[in-house]
Amino acid sequence: MTLITALIAGLVLGGTYALAAMGLTLQYGIARIMNLAYGDMIITAAFAAFVLQGAASINPIFGLLIAVPGGFLLGYAVYTVILAPLVARAPNRGVLEVDSILTTFGLLFVVQGILLVIFGSNYTSYTFLNEPVNVLGATIAANRLIALVLALGLGITLYLLLTRTRWGTALRAVAVSPQSAQLVGIDINRAAAFAFALGGGLAASAGVVISMYQTFTATGGVVFTMKALIVVIMGGVGNLVGALAAGLILGVVETLVATYADPGLTLAATYAIFLVVLLWRPQGLFGRAVR
Amino acid sequence: MKPILGVLAAAAVFAGLAVAPFYLGTYGIGLMIGMIGYVTLASAWALFSGPTRFVSLATVAFFGIGAYTVSVFYESFPPLMVLGLAALIGLAVALVVGLATLRLAGVYFVIFTFGLAELIRQLVTWYEVNITGTLGRYLFVSYGPEVVYWKLLVLCAVTLGIGYLIQRSRLGLALKMIGDDEVVAEHCGLPTARVKLALFALSSVIITLVGAIQAPRWTYIEPTIVFNPTISFLTLIMALLGGANRLWGPAVGAVPLFLLFEWLSANFPDHYSIILGLLFMAIVFVLPRGVLDFLEGLIARMRKQRAGEASGAGAGRGAGRLAEGEAK
Repeated sequence: MTLITALIAGLVLGGTYALAAMGLTLQYGIARIMNLAYGDMIITAAFAAFVLQGAASINPIFGLLIAVPGGFLLGYAVYTVILAPLVARAPNRGVLEVDSILTTFGLLFVVQGILLVIFGSNYTSYTFLNEPVNVLGATIAANRLIALVLALGLGITLYLLLTRTRWGTALRAVAVSPQSAQLVGIDINRAAAFAFALGGGLAASAGVVISMYQTFTATGGVVFTMKALIVVIMGGVGNLVGALAAGLILGVVETLVATYADPGLTLAATYAIFLVVLLWRPQGLFGRAVR
Repeated sequence: MKPILGVLAAAAVFAGLAVAPFYLGTYGIGLMIGMIGYVTLASAWALFSGPTRFVSLATVAFFGIGAYTVSVFYESFPPLMVLGLAALIGLAVALVVGLATLRLAGVYFVIFTFGLAELIRQLVTWYEVNITGTLGRYLFVSYGPEVVYWKLLVLCAVTLGIGYLIQRSRLGLALKMIGDDEVVAEHCGLPTARVKLALFALSSVIITLVGAIQAPRWTYIEPTIVFNPTISFLTLIMALLGGANRLWGPAVGAVPLFLLFEWLSANFPDHYSIILGLLFMAIVFVLPRGVLDFLEGLIARMRKQRAGEASGAGAGRGAGRLAEGEAK
């Protein structure tokens, strides 16, 4: 693999990570829920794309039109049914943090268990546009390029919505200071539910994109949760541009380690980066102190 | 007089457990090993996480380190020395991890410990594949399962003993203060970082020893077996169910849950993780502070009611509050 090929492959991977991390950063930054079942929502969407492609022969790009609203509704349902009572009960943020971690932990097992019962524990994939394309002298599969374009497109759209529209401003206000947001007439509970649902939609889009070029298993969610978390912390909690940049960096580093060092060490490299960032700049590479 | 009675009762229970292998079959001993193992894991986890409220998911990292150390060195040294070596390695890792991460706030600590086990598993796998050239090791020891059981029982008794001594000492008081408000504790002159580090190291060494003692039960050791994250989750849920801030809480949670999981994995292997997840959520929703706390609250309320009937509501409320205060 040449350096250019490795870099492009890294950007594709990184684009997916960024897309996944944006949803998590919304859920944690605005809804204040650390969702450990996030990766399993991604995997659920990947399986949904697989089923749509196989059983209904709907190609994954149109599959997004079904999966993303589905993820949004699922996220909304999870928030209102499971998490809203915890939010109402928690006397302070610390208690809510621990409660939400433990609850979404339980949810992780439930979702994973359901996927295992339906699809079994084998690696799954389907072929979609697996044709070589020449980019800057490097050969890369068309499905990967589409994945990168989709990831960047969705990410930029979301960024514009959050920074250019009125409700985007309201959501960001909740992220910065829930108390003050309440004072200017923003319903923070509704904003939280909405942000969590939006995160679900983004998780679903990341899942569909991942399924286009990677194999996946029912038990693979934890790894995606971990990586999305690392990207969120690297980028600064609640910071969308940070998540985008950090996701791309992580993808490139992983691909370079896999290409030039050893594929078995990519996760080790990921955690090493995570640890360094946590100790050196816990507020994130691109963020100011949030706490 | 009361503490002495409690100690005597505990000693009687352990004496009874110690002779159990003479009356149980092979399956029974195996079951008891698993159960005592989880009681010890949950109690050791609660030594640190109970009072400080730092939710650690690193249990399996240390458990696996213990098991792996034994599988590498069991032929070179006598069994007790191997256990000592495992404890030393566990201690060294705990100190490094503790020094690096104990200053991290809530969720960052959870996430870091969540990843730690995965990181160590990856490194061990990479080392085995690339340096030693084999993945998986066989482990044949000359002693039977009873010996494993007795070792675990001793470790379990020691763990509960340490928990008892800590609760009655100044250290216990310091820990409670850190759990209630770390900033206040620091302003009172407590060396919070050092206290947390000491407790984390102690808890991690015990967890490492559980892994080291249980390792011969598998005969075949592989990173995916001994670094299985489910062990961390089960330990956490057991301690939470019983109540992590009580001496006997983790044991009270571990025994029924262990038996339930054994039964579930035998009868519903496919739906195991769904049930596990639902149970996890139910515990957080219904019993966020554990069974023991719930029962004590219930008893205190009943007493208050009875006292209220006997001598007027005012005195009753006072007694109820006192009982709750003691419970804390």
